[in-house]
Amino acid sequence: MSKEMTGAASLVKSLEAAGVDVMFGIPGGAILPAYDPIFDSKIRHILVRHEQGAGHAATGYAQATGRTGVCIVTSGPGATNLVTALADAQMDSVPLVAITGQVPSAAIGTDAFQEADIRGITMPITKHNYLITDPDDIPRAIAEAFHIASTGRPGPVLVDIAKDALQKMTTFKYPTKIQLAGYKPQVEPEDEAIRDAAALIAKSSKPVLFVGGGVIKANAHKELMRLAELIGAPVVTTLMARGAFPDSHPQHLGMPGMHGTVAAVTALQKADLLITLGARFDDRVTGKLSSFAVNAKVIHADIDPAEIGKNRYADVAVIGDLMYTIKALIPAVQAEFKKSKPDLTAWWRQMSSLRETYPLGYTTPEDGSLSPQYVIERIGAIAGPDSIYVAGVGQHQMWASQFVKYENPRTWLNSGGLGTMGYAVPAAMGAKVGMPDTTVWAIDGDGCFQMTNQELVTCALNNIPIKVAIINNESLGMVRQWQTMFYESRYSNTSLQSKFIPDFVKLADAMGCVGLRCERAEDVDAVIKEAMAINDQPVVVDFRVFKDAMVWPMVAAGASNDDIMIARGLAPDWDSQEL
Amino acid sequence: MSKHTLAVLVENSPGVLARVASLFSRRAYNIDSLAVGPTENPDLSRMTIVLNVEGHVLDQVMAQVYKLVNVIAISEMPVASTVHRELLLVKVAATKMDEVLAIVARFDAKVVDEDEEALTIECTAESVHIEALLRDLTPFGIKELVQSGLVALERGTAALSDRTLSAQGISTLHEISTQADYQN
Repeated sequence: MSKEMTGAASLVKSLEAAGVDVMFGIPGGAILPAYDPIFDSKIRHILVRHEQGAGHAATGYAQATGRTGVCIVTSGPGATNLVTALADAQMDSVPLVAITGQVPSAAIGTDAFQEADIRGITMPITKHNYLITDPDDIPRAIAEAFHIASTGRPGPVLVDIAKDALQKMTTFKYPTKIQLAGYKPQVEPEDEAIRDAAALIAKSSKPVLFVGGGVIKANAHKELMRLAELIGAPVVTTLMARGAFPDSHPQHLGMPGMHGTVAAVTALQKADLLITLGARFDDRVTGKLSSFAVNAKVIHADIDPAEIGKNRYADVAVIGDLMYTIKALIPAVQAEFKKSKPDLTAWWRQMSSLRETYPLGYTTPEDGSLSPQYVIERIGAIAGPDSIYVAGVGQHQMWASQFVKYENPRTWLNSGGLGTMGYAVPAAMGAKVGMPDTTVWAIDGDGCFQMTNQELVTCALNNIPIKVAIINNESLGMVRQWQTMFYESRYSNTSLQSKFIPDFVKLADAMGCVGLRCERAEDVDAVIKEAMAINDQPVVVDFRVFKDAMVWPMVAAGASNDDIMIARGLAPDWDSQEL
Repeated sequence: MSKHTLAVLVENSPGVLARVASLFSRRAYNIDSLAVGPTENPDLSRMTIVLNVEGHVLDQVMAQVYKLVNVIAISEMPVASTVHRELLLVKVAATKMDEVLAIVARFDAKVVDEDEEALTIECTAESVHIEALLRDLTPFGIKELVQSGLVALERGTAALSDRTLSAQGISTLHEISTQADYQN
């Protein structure tokens, strides 16, 4: 008979058995029993300053390493503070296990102190969740949670555990095999679907490889490279897929979507075939759906059957893990190409012309102030493609996706689906914990930074030396851009005055970080290098930049991708293009 | 828009109904009726959901519901190959007793309770039959009624539970989505 122990000890043993090496959390009343065995565990527990930070840190850890991130918090407000991070992880398919304490089972439903129905609250924003009231159920629930979070389409799983279940005695037995009648993700694609997809590819003279974040989740970037070079088609990588295919590759046209390159957006619009790999036809990519890629047939490969046909009809649906799907597609396409291989010369002539005519660019501010795009471009150039870049949400995020050149998967972390301002600092913290030998730059906005910067204290105290570039335009820049464009420059409540208060250098200093400031283009490289040289402390650089810089190109919300603008009021000169 | 009946086998565990209901609410699918109850297997419950949707939305509903971890099998229940039934209990004023009893007999319904002022009538039938009965009873004064929501079972030997251990617990009997269903 196995040894008796508390439910709390069983929980910690279960987490150890699941292979957890680190978790982010904050104790509180209901989860307190678990914190006693955590004290003795080999699992590293990082005490954060806000539960949202624990959630985003677990996400950053997961996105950077590919392993499941773990966070642990108490009931009530501890759990509800996690809600944003869970919703974020659900939208971006991040494998996460969140442990929450719950009031004792006898008190559930009585509006007890620090009681919140977190299972009910998180039903729509988790892949699955549990409420455990019997200590004997703890190992199975934890094992299932890790299985569900990390397989199929990854996602967050929450395990809510009543305090008495943590306190009662139980025996520990970790399940070796997990069988869930209602959860059987299809890993290997159907042969017929692969054959149909290959047949379409062999008939297409204007194909585009439309690459989404699923390729990174499936660790299929090498396979993608082989498939892309075999087909020879243009490749576009969505915001979630930046790094899945090297930016330096001649077939790469960049990012499509609202702030995508003219070439990438137009490639999708004019294609006769979208070879869609792990992308979900998000509205920020398609623009107005009814005018999106109207002449294209669609191959949609995804592990989640519910994504097939959700927004766009799929002529061929390939359900399966992209690693298997792409590996199966390669020989199938080779076989088709032996019979006939389409000539993509004319298609490439068009795309190359667009790429050369409309490269990403920006203008230097006339008032002599610092250009935000220049700052981000230089960080990317100096820190290089082996560093990890973590963005918040807004203009700086778009510039970081445009002007940092990504060569490797899992080097670009951002909140794509939910668009969570405040993601960068805690997610960068999690990424650095998972990848301690890699340089991690948070590229943040002054608005975002003020939402979650308290985690810099966590970083300073726990030897997590991240680097934060605050792209300080003293406003909610993306909202301001929309006000400029769509609200007659009426800047209602978007001025943050962050060049005035707070003093980010002093704030950094107060939080145990090195604070630096940069206001002139000629100082940018030196400041970045100074930040790069500091590896025993977090560094915060306050880059004071031009307030009215805008993100271009842009497809306005709800507009057709055909109406892409390269600057204010300026559309590409389509007449001069052979399309 | 057209009516579709879905049979859903779910784990008999707390919160499953909330998960399904939450999914319908979140994705803005309208439910006409939902009936849930135990099955031959004590570990499983069965839901019958009637909804009014068009083309590719039905595929989406089924895929999204099937994605729930507690959902084990889901299948459309087409009228042609399934038995559909609803239960009605209706309380009618007893003033014209003979005429009401004639209607009850004609519709193969039965009186399950009566007092001086009201008759309580039970009818188990297909939806159209129930609707017709109610139409005929309305002139006599319906005081109150309750309906179970539709339940459905496949004809012949086929059983939804056969699919619980197979790889794919999802089944549409025909290709529902066509490109014409989409905006583009």
